[in-house]
Amino acid sequence: MNITQILFWFLSVIAIFSALMVITSKNPVHSVLWLIVTFFAISGHYIVMNAQFLAIVNIIVYAGAIMVLFLHVFMLIDLRANTEPQQNRWIKIAGGIAGGSLMLVMIAALRNVDIKAQDAGINTNNIGLIKNLGRELFTTYVIPFELSSVLFLSAMVGAVVLGKKD
Amino acid sequence: MPINYYIFLAIALFSIGVVGVLTRRNAIIIFMCIELMLNSVNLLLVAFSKMHHLAAGATPTTGIDGQLFVFFIMVVAAAEVSVGLAIIVMMYRNIHSVDVNFLNRLKH
Amino acid sequence: MKNALQLAYLIPLFPLLGFLLNGLGRKYFSKSLIGTIGSGAILASFAVSLWVFFQVKSGNTHVAHYFNFISVGDLKIPFAFQIDQLSSLFLLIITGIGFLIHLYSTAYMHDEKPEHFGRYFAYLNLFVFSMLLLVMGANFVIMFIGWEGVGLCSYLLIGFWFRKEEYNKAASKAFIMNRIGDLAFLIALFWLINKTGTVTFLEVFSAESLSKLSDRDITVITALLFVGATGKSAQIPLYTWLPDAMAGPTPVSALIHAATMVTAGIYMIARSNVLYSMAPAVMTVIAIVGLATALLAATIALKQNDIKKVLAYSTVSQLGYMFLALGTGSYVAAVFHVMTHAFFKALMFLGSGSVIHAMGGEQDIRKMGGLSKYMKITNITFLVGCLAIAGIPGLSGFFSKDEILAGAFATSPVFYAIGLFTALLTAFYMFRLYATTFRGSFRGTHEQEHHLHESPAAMTIPLIVLAVLSIVGGYVGVPEFIAAGAHSLKDFLYPVFEPSYKILQEHHVSHETEWGLTIGSTIAILAVVIYAWTRFSKKPDLAEPQGLGKVLANKWYVDEIYDAVIVKPLNKLGALLNNIVETKVIDGIVNGVGRLVNYGGRQLRWVQSGQVGLYVLLMVLSMIVIFVLQFFFRK
Repeated sequence: MNITQILFWFLSVIAIFSALMVITSKNPVHSVLWLIVTFFAISGHYIVMNAQFLAIVNIIVYAGAIMVLFLHVFMLIDLRANTEPQQNRWIKIAGGIAGGSLMLVMIAALRNVDIKAQDAGINTNNIGLIKNLGRELFTTYVIPFELSSVLFLSAMVGAVVLGKKD
Repeated sequence: MPINYYIFLAIALFSIGVVGVLTRRNAIIIFMCIELMLNSVNLLLVAFSKMHHLAAGATPTTGIDGQLFVFFIMVVAAAEVSVGLAIIVMMYRNIHSVDVNFLNRLKH
Repeated sequence: MKNALQLAYLIPLFPLLGFLLNGLGRKYFSKSLIGTIGSGAILASFAVSLWVFFQVKSGNTHVAHYFNFISVGDLKIPFAFQIDQLSSLFLLIITGIGFLIHLYSTAYMHDEKPEHFGRYFAYLNLFVFSMLLLVMGANFVIMFIGWEGVGLCSYLLIGFWFRKEEYNKAASKAFIMNRIGDLAFLIALFWLINKTGTVTFLEVFSAESLSKLSDRDITVITALLFVGATGKSAQIPLYTWLPDAMAGPTPVSALIHAATMVTAGIYMIARSNVLYSMAPAVMTVIAIVGLATALLAATIALKQNDIKKVLAYSTVSQLGYMFLALGTGSYVAAVFHVMTHAFFKALMFLGSGSVIHAMGGEQDIRKMGGLSKYMKITNITFLVGCLAIAGIPGLSGFFSKDEILAGAFATSPVFYAIGLFTALLTAFYMFRLYATTFRGSFRGTHEQEHHLHESPAAMTIPLIVLAVLSIVGGYVGVPEFIAAGAHSLKDFLYPVFEPSYKILQEHHVSHETEWGLTIGSTIAILAVVIYAWTRFSKKPDLAEPQGLGKVLANKWYVDEIYDAVIVKPLNKLGALLNNIVETKVIDGIVNGVGRLVNYGGRQLRWVQSGQVGLYVLLMVLSMIVIFVLQFFFRK
């Protein structure tokens, strides 16, 4: 077991554990915090896979911006653990079974799937570096990139319009 | 690392997200679970991107599309979150709750 | 260099423009403007047709390809015009007579409101456009477009005075009868496409494509095309629409139901003469049907008292003649008769229009008489028409009819005998008509007599022109036995019918026999003419007919027979389907489906709780099912 494998298992356990905590925490704020932990774990995976740019962006955008946004919303609408609505028990069980069987079925379906390389190359190349991604982004993908700015603008307008008191 | 490990990890995270959506009533938590599902897909995409690069290996940019795809998913997710949270805030303002069980007007 | 005949598209373009202008602007234009546009468009295309004709005469024939109309798989149907001897001749007839009739209509229809006046000219131009398409099309499909177009215009114009219920019925009758023929035409087309993969005339008639057709194919195709022709050209059994079509304005009867549209079937058969020459059985059928139609219609015409009905049955009879000519292989004679018939029948219809105009709408010849005193030009021109159709030597009808009869004699003396008998009947009823109308004394009311007048110049000029044509039109086809090499029409059309001549063995009749036949028939016809003239001038046939005459006056009860044999059973069947199948079976199914859905919806309603969570749960379960399924069905 070398260091990358250790890192992989460690990060995977953290990710799954914190993800479970997200859906089981009574307090929504805790859910948010656990989700941030999950994102950090996923970012760790990115770093292990030498996708450094995405790792950083994931932390900045998801953990930094989006999750803070969630917290802000909680602050705005002032939810507490004791007012948190709970699904009735049967639906919870049904949901758990459904999700679990979805996982089982998908794993079963993909277990023996024939993929041309059985290995995700770790630390073997540098396509995930900012320089390479950036060059590709601003040459081949420059139009989608610019279009995404329009998307942001419209999302911003949409959020303002929705959030405005009428 | 074998690609299957990443696949199973992604499936596990995704299924946790699904279970979250199914079992919680708080709209914001459901929303967070959706983000979790998106992230599991992102993870898988990055893993595939690396795998693809390793398998082809010919040119330095093979497989880079996968990572750019993740980038764009993040872009869209960010936009989606801003609008989605605005909708939730508005919903709270109207029905003073973020409980999706109160949102059964689709029935009519 | 492009062939100059590529410009032939101008010929149908003018009437189309005229149709659009008059059709769209009929509420805003004055009557004189409408008349000018309508007639001018036809005059312009007549001018182009003349130019085209002389191009063709100097040996320049051309298939003008414009664009691909339909392109499906291997089947390519171009939008192309074929300009050759046959089509250029028909172009002249259509646009020439068409122009005269447009000119005539400006006066005849002058009492209509501008809106209807414009509608009338729009329809008339559309008709000419369709007819030109029919004649110029270089393949069966373009021809079929024109074929349908003229049927539509015929419907519209018969029902022009749509306030009268019976006129609408006559229009529907014409349309439906035509549809029956059109269906056969279409089936023939499909058969042709299936077997040869092309509909372009030149390709279909090429040796290569003919070799793909078995004898059976040719027989079926030609027979079906002939059924199509019986619809359009009013032959047994589909002729009954034509007499009823006289409900339309008289110039329309002249143009559509005498001079042009009804000759479409003849044109089509003449165009596909190669196919027909290879199907002798069908040729015989055509000859017999033509002859039977000619005889039947002529007998009916003997006892009709409506001036237009007489002319209508005479038209049917003459069309039968043309089919006789086609069936006996004398294609030139058929085309020749189309031409001369167009002249004198248009003339007589326009003359009858002039009479009706003067009589204030009265069409019953028993209430006329002695009109020669009041309408000199109409009288003389109408007489010319009667002489021409009767086949008096020197006039156009003589030459064409004589050629048809000679062809019939060459095939079978029985055909000749019946044909001659029909010709005698024709002479008889035409002069019965003429004498009753124009000779003797006036039998109408005093008021009508006071009102009698010669028609305006716009009506008489076409009459005069047509009368001149009826006289001289025959000299393009002087038979061999009178003057060798004087049949210029035959020489002109030779390239079109050349392949048929190679297939058909020519029956030769000696010149002496022809002289004998011609003189004999002429004497007989003259005798009949004089008898009819004298008898009906003195004592018109006013009484209600009895016995056989009554049967004839009632048109052999053909309409009644059709009614009893086809229409009534169909109505019964319709009622049966309506009352039992429709209400019980079909309604039952429909209502059952409705009830089932209603019930199912009520049962399924609980699923639609509006709870998004439940929806997501169902979605996830479905995903699981799909995954499991793909698990099982994976190879």
